[in-house]
Amino acid sequence: MTFRIGPRTSQIIAYITLLVMTAITVIVLFFIIFYILKNGIGQLTLEFLTDRTRDMGREGGILPSILGTLFITIFAILIATPLGVGSAVYLVEYTKGGFIRRIISFGADCLAGVPSIIFGLFGFIFFVITMNLGWSILSGGLTLAVMILPTIIRTSEEAIKAVPYTYREISYSLGGGKLDTIVRVVLPSALPGILTGVILGIGRAVGETAAVIFTAGSSLGLPTSIFSSTRTLAVHFYILAREGISMPKAYGTAAVLIIIILAINFIAYRLMHRFIARYY
Amino acid sequence: MIINTANLNLYYHKFQALKNVNMSIKRNLITGMIGPSGCGKSTLLRIFNRMNDLIEGVRITGSVLIDNDDIYAPVYDLILLRKRVGMVFQRPNAFPLSIFDNIAYGPRVWSISDKKTLTEIVERSLAAVDLFDDLKDDLRRPALSLSAEKQQRLCIARLLAVEPEILLMDEPCSALDPIATGKIEELMLDLKKKYTIIIVTHNMQQAARIADEVGFMLLGELVEFDTAKTVFTNPKDKRTFDYISGRFG
Repeated sequence: MTFRIGPRTSQIIAYITLLVMTAITVIVLFFIIFYILKNGIGQLTLEFLTDRTRDMGREGGILPSILGTLFITIFAILIATPLGVGSAVYLVEYTKGGFIRRIISFGADCLAGVPSIIFGLFGFIFFVITMNLGWSILSGGLTLAVMILPTIIRTSEEAIKAVPYTYREISYSLGGGKLDTIVRVVLPSALPGILTGVILGIGRAVGETAAVIFTAGSSLGLPTSIFSSTRTLAVHFYILAREGISMPKAYGTAAVLIIIILAINFIAYRLMHRFIARYY
Repeated sequence: MIINTANLNLYYHKFQALKNVNMSIKRNLITGMIGPSGCGKSTLLRIFNRMNDLIEGVRITGSVLIDNDDIYAPVYDLILLRKRVGMVFQRPNAFPLSIFDNIAYGPRVWSISDKKTLTEIVERSLAAVDLFDDLKDDLRRPALSLSAEKQQRLCIARLLAVEPEILLMDEPCSALDPIATGKIEELMLDLKKKYTIIIVTHNMQQAARIADEVGFMLLGELVEFDTAKTVFTNPKDKRTFDYISGRFG
């Protein structure tokens, strides 16, 4: 007689296995957040958030890094979003799913998997040296824009593809041209999906270290223009920890970074749900 | 006469979907097209606003005249044609926009942006499909929150907002329950005073209830085209008789 597991038992086993997998994922995630916050929360004073950095980061706050991170990220998103969405519109609406589209999509997928330090080196050689932009918010933002572009293209592409074909037909049947159809029907319908891509891009850009250390530099001064060199939170954290300058300040910086990322995700999802609720 | 077709053929690549169709559609009547699935009635409907142009591999021969203008002539303005000849689709498919923006879609495409004019058009179009009293305070609501019947009415209103002359309806009631269907049929009878309506329907009873003239199609051929009374009580072709008496289809 062979041993057999009944359907009931296998259901239970599957359920428990999946539950454990989920639990492990969630626990690891929460442990990291908890650990960083526990070590860093003591540093989070108003002074830490609003003061200049002094003595290489041993003293003072992290205001320059907060501002630098925000500027670089905003700059990168402002460049990458129109480019990415525009490319996605072109790929879906104008190339008829042919060879070109597959090549470009494949290229975008490959680019999305390239380690960020490669983008950093590229940005250093191209933006910092060749274009002579120096270590600056501009160079860092451009590099990050190139880095998150594939993500935005691919998510926008999927979102635009998911818009039902009948919407386009109706638009044409009402006398709409291709551009009317894209601007007034396709993009609004695809917006939640496009926003998801942008949020993912923001998440990657805010926490990026390798790509900006080569391109934005590590200056601790308050950024005054897009040509200022700056040190992002992630770079600041890396330098504080690696050079043993101040572990408490490093954890404090990491805590701020995590809180910023959580806040961006929270706000973005709230905005998205509000948008969806308006139309569905 | 408003629409005339002569020796009209349509091919999808090698497949011939319409075979030598000759018909005349009269102004301010409801013309019903019936026939089994795949007989080409929807394809024929899409001839009149050139929606088949969007499909790759379609080739058309013969002529289609609307008010004696050949709509397939290279000089004919396609956008203007789509304004004159509007279409209601099978499923009620409002855009994921507000009720107001749905109806204002067509006029906006036609470069009307004045708020007051748009509001007038929206209200007039809603009134024409009997939705105004229900929705006048809810114009900002998402259109997709409406019931299927109201959405289909809204789609008709969206179409009326561009002031077409001819309404093409591709099985407009197939996603609706019988009560909603009855209401949409009443609406069609009301609309025919101002518009010429061509309706494709699976439902012979529906054609009998509302159509003035009926065309029966089979395998891409227009088998019979006559007044509804003649087609349903005294068809000339045996195939028509077999279909309406339920021998096939």
